[in-house]
Amino acid sequence: MEKDNLRKEIKDFIIETFLFGDESESLQDSDSFMQTGIIDSTGILEVTGFIEEKYNITIENEEMTPNNLDSVENIVNFIVRKTNG
Amino acid sequence: MFNKDSLKIDSKKVTEYLCQNILTQIRNKLKKGGAVVGISGGIDSSVVAALCARALGPKRVLGVMMPEKDSSPDSKLLALELADKFGFEAIEESIYGGLSGLGCYEKRDEAIKSVFPEYDSSWKSKITIPTNILEKDSFNFFTLSIENEKGESKTKRLPLKAYLQIVASTNLKQRLRMTTLYYQAEKRNWAVAGTGNKDEHMQGFFVKYGDGGADLKPIAHLYKVQVFQLAEYLGVPQKIIERTPTTDTYSAEVTQEEFFFGLDFYHMDMLWYAMEHDVPPEEAAKVLDLTKEQVERGYVNIQRKIVATEYLRMAPLEIE
Repeated sequence: MEKDNLRKEIKDFIIETFLFGDESESLQDSDSFMQTGIIDSTGILEVTGFIEEKYNITIENEEMTPNNLDSVENIVNFIVRKTNG
Repeated sequence: MFNKDSLKIDSKKVTEYLCQNILTQIRNKLKKGGAVVGISGGIDSSVVAALCARALGPKRVLGVMMPEKDSSPDSKLLALELADKFGFEAIEESIYGGLSGLGCYEKRDEAIKSVFPEYDSSWKSKITIPTNILEKDSFNFFTLSIENEKGESKTKRLPLKAYLQIVASTNLKQRLRMTTLYYQAEKRNWAVAGTGNKDEHMQGFFVKYGDGGADLKPIAHLYKVQVFQLAEYLGVPQKIIERTPTTDTYSAEVTQEEFFFGLDFYHMDMLWYAMEHDVPPEEAAKVLDLTKEQVERGYVNIQRKIVATEYLRMAPLEIE
C-alpha cells in the first residue's frame, strides 16, 4: 500500500471526524492524539472502527496500543505492517 | 516520605471533620432538614449513610433502595442490615417499571444483539476493560461478555456504536436513581447526599446527572482505601466491607476493577497518591514492589482517565 496515500486518508479522516474539517488546526503526522488532546479513549474506538472497515483488517486486542494507534504516522506504519503480513 | 502507610488516616478525626461539614452544609448552606441516600449495600453508600446518621441523627436520614431487573438480591439484604445498624429508615422504590418504560433493557439488548446475534434475555452480559494495565501500555477498550445458563460464554471487543448504545441505555439506571432520590428529598425538603469517592469522582466512574447528581458529596475527596478505613471505624457491617465492589448495573456480575479501574484499589490509590505528590517512579516502585515501568504506566493510565472525563465534572458551559 502506498504510504503517502495512506497518510493522506488517515489524516483526512482525523481532521474531518475530530476537528470538524478545520485544516487550520496544525496536526503533524507524529503528534500524539492523546497528548495533544485531539482524541480520547472513546475516539480511539472510532479510529479503530474506521481502520478495520476501510482497510479490511482486524485489530487484535493486544494491538490496541499507542505504539500502533496514537498518531497518524503510527497508524500508517501499523496498517503497512498488517497488510504486508 | 512516600511509604506503605501514606494513605492511612486518623479515622476518628476524619469522621468528626466530615460530620461537622455535613451538618453545616445541609442545615446552613442548603437549608434542608435531612439527607436522602441511595443505599446499594455497597461500601461507599454505607459510609455516607452512616456519616449522615451520625452528623444529623438517624431520624434525619432516609435510605432508599432502588432495585431493578439486574440488581443482585444481596444488595437489598445488606442495605436493610445497614439501616437497622445505624437506626435510619429505609424504603424500597423499584425503578424496574420506569426503566422498562424508557426502553432501557430493550435498547441495551438491541446493541448487544448487534455484536452477538444469538443473545436473548436468557443470557447475562457484562462489559469489562483490560486489567493488565501495568503490564502493557494499552488503550482502555471495552470488551462485551455474554454467558448463558449452561455456562457457555462469548467475548468480543465492542465496536464504537454498540459500546455507546450500551452505555447510554444502562446510564438510564443511574439517572432514574437520581430522579427517585430527588423525589424523596423534595417531598421532605431534604438534600440528596452523593456517595462517590475520589477514585470515582476524579477518574470519571459516575454518570453525569445520574449518580453524579447530588447536593453534597461528602467522600468525593477520599481514596477508596480510606473509605474502607472509615467503614471499619464507623462499624459498617463486615459483610458490606468484605463484599467485592461491583457496578450492580449489568446482569452478569462485574467488579469495579474489571469494569473501569483495571487495577486493584490498593495499587491504584497508592500510585495515584504518589503521582499527585510527585514521587519519582523509582521510589514508588520500591514501596509498591513494582518496576519503574509499571509505575510509569500506572501514572499514565490514571492521568489519561482524569483528562478524558473532565467534561463529566464540568458544569454546563455558558457563554460570557
